[in-house]
Amino acid sequence: MPQNTSTFMSGPSPMSRRLFLTTTGALSLGAALTACGGNDSGGSAGSGKPVGQADIDKAMKTPTELTFWTWVPNMDKEVALFEKRYPAIKVKVVNAGQGTPQYTKLRTALKAGSGAPDMVQIEYQAIPTFTITDSLLDLRPYGAAALKSTFVDWTWSQVSGNDGEIWAIPQDTGPMGMLYRQDIFDQHGIEVPGTWDEFAAAARKLHKADPDVYLTNLAANQVAAWHGLLWQAGAKPYVTSGKGDITISVDDSVSQKLGAYWGGLAKEGVIGVEPDFTDSWYAALNKGKYATWITAAWGPVFLSGSAKATAGKWRAAPLPQWDAAKPSSGNWGGSTTAVIRSTKNPVAAAVFAQFLNTDPASARMFATEQFFFPATKSLLTDAEFVSDAPSFYGGQKVNQVFADIGSTVNSSFQWPPFLDQAATDWTETVGKSLADRTDTVRALGTWQSRLTSYAKNQGFTVKGS
Amino acid sequence: MRRQRAAGPLFVAPFMVLFLLLFLAPLGYAAYLSLFQERLIGGTAFVGLDNYAQALSDPQFLHGIGRVALFFVFQVPVMLLLALVFALALDSGLLRLARVIRLGIFVPYAVPSVVAALMWGYLYGPDFGPFAQLSRELSLPVPDFLSEGWMLGSLANIVTWEFVGYNMIILYAALRTVPEELYEAAAVDGAGAWRTAWSIKLPALRPALMLTLLFSVIGSFQLFNEPKLLMNIAPDVISSSYTANLYAYTLAFTGQQVNYAATVSFLLGLVIVIASYAVLLTANRRRTS
Repeated sequence: MPQNTSTFMSGPSPMSRRLFLTTTGALSLGAALTACGGNDSGGSAGSGKPVGQADIDKAMKTPTELTFWTWVPNMDKEVALFEKRYPAIKVKVVNAGQGTPQYTKLRTALKAGSGAPDMVQIEYQAIPTFTITDSLLDLRPYGAAALKSTFVDWTWSQVSGNDGEIWAIPQDTGPMGMLYRQDIFDQHGIEVPGTWDEFAAAARKLHKADPDVYLTNLAANQVAAWHGLLWQAGAKPYVTSGKGDITISVDDSVSQKLGAYWGGLAKEGVIGVEPDFTDSWYAALNKGKYATWITAAWGPVFLSGSAKATAGKWRAAPLPQWDAAKPSSGNWGGSTTAVIRSTKNPVAAAVFAQFLNTDPASARMFATEQFFFPATKSLLTDAEFVSDAPSFYGGQKVNQVFADIGSTVNSSFQWPPFLDQAATDWTETVGKSLADRTDTVRALGTWQSRLTSYAKNQGFTVKGS
Repeated sequence: MRRQRAAGPLFVAPFMVLFLLLFLAPLGYAAYLSLFQERLIGGTAFVGLDNYAQALSDPQFLHGIGRVALFFVFQVPVMLLLALVFALALDSGLLRLARVIRLGIFVPYAVPSVVAALMWGYLYGPDFGPFAQLSRELSLPVPDFLSEGWMLGSLANIVTWEFVGYNMIILYAALRTVPEELYEAAAVDGAGAWRTAWSIKLPALRPALMLTLLFSVIGSFQLFNEPKLLMNIAPDVISSSYTANLYAYTLAFTGQQVNYAATVSFLLGLVIVIASYAVLLTANRRRTS
């Protein structure tokens, strides 16, 4: 299962498309492009020379064919908007697999020196894995810096490099929240937990009252959820400075707090620890084995498509908090559009990446056609988007809940330049300890040492926690 | 005469070209790759046989090899014995609906192993799998097919299910080539069905059995699809280095250690050559002694 599940979109349309004609928003690509050459581009050395508007105009009028790798269903619709705006440019859309399988193919093509696309769908967490190999194009010379205020703050820091490079344009996001079964909560007199302490108490109470039901499932194969929970708790597991320096602290005090908490609940047997996105897990959600699903903003639509038997019984709420006075959340999933450095048409490719995600009609289409959770501020405050009240959630304004959560996502979380390795090592240490109900805190130490020795082996200068 | 001599190499040429391109060249390239180390920071360096030294003392690699060896020792005899029994039964002509049965046994081989692993993954499920539900219905303890202790057996079951029919067809085809005269002679000598099977059919099957055994050596040591897929539902039991082949895959595509992956693959190939040779040698010795 790729970590990004945000594209498993199905289910009823939560919105009409009526309003998008009347909304223009502040998203004007023209503004972005004319701003290039201004003070926002060229932020630091090595960013390349800004490309002038004349060059951009010329490039966009030259017949060009671009290739775009994406797994987003019906992406043709958004691409058609771009082709209509720039008739000289033809974009070939290729589905090379979702998430990891696509990255594997991309890496192979990059290594082979041919066959790589011009633009690519890439998840936030995978960006450093490709910048470490110098595979992505810095979009600053093409005016991307002017788009900063368009996007939710934390997404911009996710696509920015240590020296201010802009590696990609945000497309959708996954601020984390909690979906819960109102009926099960009511039946056992459980209040929606506001803190993790209350959550733990509810887990014990519920499982005691009904041994067949668990308050939640923490999937032992889902490092993305763990990273999201670390993110919420304010952890900084990976900090890079300069190309070859990395601080790995996946077993620092914050991580240990999480390890003790979740490992403890797993050991007590009051939460489930089965792998997610499997047949058994879908069945469990449909049959009411779990009373909550800790998930992200793409979760509501996904769940309404995969747990049809439970329609009307679910509600959404923010994650329980470590400090109720300072609500915070993490992010799980969401992706961006990046340009591959080897492209022969950098200008057209860069303009495509920007247009796709900032053109008002295109950005809105992602929310209405693919049910992506938006990354642009204007959509997140758009009355029609946030007032959607699907019946699967009993008429609750679910988008509003997640839009509010989105503003509490910490903006300083960083990903390692070897995410796949971190994920595999997590599953075999921390994930395994959860599944086996053994010492999770100790497993964190093993994870730390495995990652550290991998990084050193790969030539990094590693500072431990 | 001269023309005939020229024809020989010509006939062999297509094979040699393909053999060179698709077998020797990749092998040579893998061997070449295995002598280097490419790192994310610092680029590529020639390291000679360092990767081999590392692999030979790498517990993940060695455990993977050990696990598939264990798998081979238990799974292959069961599978081949079943295939043999089915082949003999079909050949005996005593079965009704022989064609249907033959097809029925062979059909699992036609199911892609990806689909097979998914299907069995569902059947093994501890919550909603049919075995679990039946056990619960009968108030019996629920067998945990996906636990550490059962996993190798569960994998062996899938592989057996998939390949019994395939091996049976090979053995059955071999049986069909036994000359009718031998059976007639045996009947004249007063041999019954069991005696015929033991003294005529089994010796006739020896080359075919050898072939299926060799295929099984290669198949077992390269075990990949089934554990890779069950990994999704049992990530705590099947690690990324569960089998040697899986380990090579993980190294290349997760760790980006292409060079070390080439080393591990090369060594795995070597192990398979040695195992195949050992199997041939013991079988031949038994025949001559």
